[in-house]
Amino acid sequence: MSTEFEFTVDGETVVAKPGQTIMDACDDAGVYIPRLCDVEGLVPQGSCRVCTVKVNGRTAAACTQPAEPGVVVENDTPQVQGYRRDLVRMLFHEGNHLCPICEASGRCELQAMAYRLGISQDSLYPYLQPVRPVDASHPDIALDTNRCILCGRCIRASRDVDGKNIFEYVGRGIHKRIGVNAENLAASDASIDDYAMSLEVCPVGCIIRKREGFFAPIGQRQFDNKPIGWEIEARHKNRIAVHQIDPSEEQS
Amino acid sequence: MNIDKPKTRIVEIEPVTRVEGHGKVTIHLDDDNNVAEARLHIVEFRGFERFIRGRLLWEAPVIVQRLCGICPVSHHIAAAKAMDVIVGADVLPPTAEKMRRLMHYGQVMQSNVLHFFHLSSPDLLFGFDAPRGKRNIFNVIKEFPDLAKQGVLMRKYGQEVILHTAGKKIHGTGAIPGGINKNLSLQERDLLLQDIEQMKVWAKGAVDVAKRYTLEHLSQVEQFANFNSSHLSLVREDGALDLYHGGLRATDAAGNIIFDHVNYQDFNDYIMEEVRPWSYMKFPFIKSRGALDGWYRVGPLSRLNNVAFIDTPMANAEHKEFRALTHNKPNHMSLAYHWARMIEVLHCVEKIHELLLDPDLQGADLRVTGERREEGVGVIEAPRGSLFHHYKVDKNDQITYCNLIVSTTHNNNGMNRAVTDVAKKYLSGKKRITEGMLNHVEVAVRAYDPCLSCATHALGQMPLTVELFDADGTLVHSNSQHMGQGIPPD
Repeated sequence: MSTEFEFTVDGETVVAKPGQTIMDACDDAGVYIPRLCDVEGLVPQGSCRVCTVKVNGRTAAACTQPAEPGVVVENDTPQVQGYRRDLVRMLFHEGNHLCPICEASGRCELQAMAYRLGISQDSLYPYLQPVRPVDASHPDIALDTNRCILCGRCIRASRDVDGKNIFEYVGRGIHKRIGVNAENLAASDASIDDYAMSLEVCPVGCIIRKREGFFAPIGQRQFDNKPIGWEIEARHKNRIAVHQIDPSEEQS
Repeated sequence: MNIDKPKTRIVEIEPVTRVEGHGKVTIHLDDDNNVAEARLHIVEFRGFERFIRGRLLWEAPVIVQRLCGICPVSHHIAAAKAMDVIVGADVLPPTAEKMRRLMHYGQVMQSNVLHFFHLSSPDLLFGFDAPRGKRNIFNVIKEFPDLAKQGVLMRKYGQEVILHTAGKKIHGTGAIPGGINKNLSLQERDLLLQDIEQMKVWAKGAVDVAKRYTLEHLSQVEQFANFNSSHLSLVREDGALDLYHGGLRATDAAGNIIFDHVNYQDFNDYIMEEVRPWSYMKFPFIKSRGALDGWYRVGPLSRLNNVAFIDTPMANAEHKEFRALTHNKPNHMSLAYHWARMIEVLHCVEKIHELLLDPDLQGADLRVTGERREEGVGVIEAPRGSLFHHYKVDKNDQITYCNLIVSTTHNNNGMNRAVTDVAKKYLSGKKRITEGMLNHVEVAVRAYDPCLSCATHALGQMPLTVELFDADGTLVHSNSQHMGQGIPPD
């Protein structure tokens, strides 16, 4: 079980090591599969489904699906990209994602993913416009769950890296939320130095490091000049140009 | 019981066009067709002051600038100045203050140019009662192509200055509590320096156009909405024009000081606001003079009335000439706003040039903090006049209170007075009211360059309306996009 094997992604041969997921193998090969809940360094949980691919014709989350020899994976196809676009759109509808006034704008993975997938206009469905209070009780951290996409990265970071278990899901279905293991953030043992509070963990503007908002000027923010996923695509043997969907190609 | 009510007709102009925002004018006529009363109604409502509560203090400059797409920088900087007070940044690093100033001068320049060239020039170039088909920006482009081009390119230059200081031409993020988030690279500086001399020439040309108009039509300008009022503005410590910072100065109609060099943190001790049932816009007044007599005007005219001099040579020379017209007494002519506005454009261009040559703009010390406070006021001289932002913030950094007094609100009483004056002069006793006559009313409103969406912090469609009602309250005429009911076109 120690020999490398091959499978194909959109017709291209990808080499995988035993134990790798489809996403791991594709990352190594420089083939980008969009994702929001998965981030390097944390255990994948396959909850956002943005990394949905087709494996031998059936949909699967690439971040948790083990790579197998000879499977045929569809990644950058109009159908699969359409699924992802719908999933990301639903995230925008579920929360209050006001990019124009959000300090995460320009480094927000949700926003960057929407741009990458060519989401350029509203869909026909209503926005849920939830009303969720901001927890600003902690001296250095604020929590604005209006912007939460339930990716669970903070839960895993606090549990697996910080060993604190500050965050957890509460509620079920449409009522599912991120909760704190105390009355509020100030009453928990959260610290600004926790990995869970770092800018790499929260993909949106939900976990806010106080008094740092808008420090990065427009033009120098993470995704101002390069689309999300560019650093993975830069590893590709042919260094293919990053594929960003032209909004005019979008089928709404 | 029968009560004989005097019969009146009401003319309604809705929407008033070529202004920023939506509003309407109503003119009440009696049986003899004399104007009994005229009012400017601002009927938009937005509620920024309410929904910003609970948001975090550093978000304020970015959120409140969304009040407007015309002069967002003014709100952005006014909010940042208030938050400077709250985060204890009493003296900003030179790079931060100068970058903000550069942004602000770019803003005043582009907004004033927009108003003069795009919105008001059709009235001034073709006449207030020229046919509507002629009195518009497209005809300006056709008949005065050079002037139109200059207007477009000057506005573009102002927007470029904003781009390189705020990161975006509209709704950037440059100013943050306690400073700024970027300096100006040498490359950006050189880019902006390329066209600065051309801008000076064109700005001087624009002053000449406005000046010539005023002097050549002096008898009309003197008769048109020329009324006594107090004037309010910031002034620098030495009495110079300063659009970014200073103390509050109020002068009365004769030019006597009412209060001077007031620290605007204490503005509530000097200015109050009154609410009237027919408008969403409040009516501010100078406390010591009371609600009836305490009203005042703000903006380019008030600023040039209030300041002793301008600290840039070309604009200062123009200021002297401007003041000489009224023998150094306050100029109260509504139409003189245009001339004053263009002198300020020239001042902004000179200031931009001065700042671009200042090496402080390439500094690396961008922000500062100090002793935390719970309350702060930021005041700036926005294109349309003094802009007040007042916030209270709790210990969790959440905003608990916000009050915005924008330039157009300060000018509320002045604009109502101008509307009444002009309506009485041009509409009273006329059997037949033409669109051209009604445009005189709009010209009076336009002189103040009102930003109505700002003034009510409002939501919805933009333009302004004039309506005419008869004594029974029936709408006789509405000068809106649906022009034509009751009044024949010109």
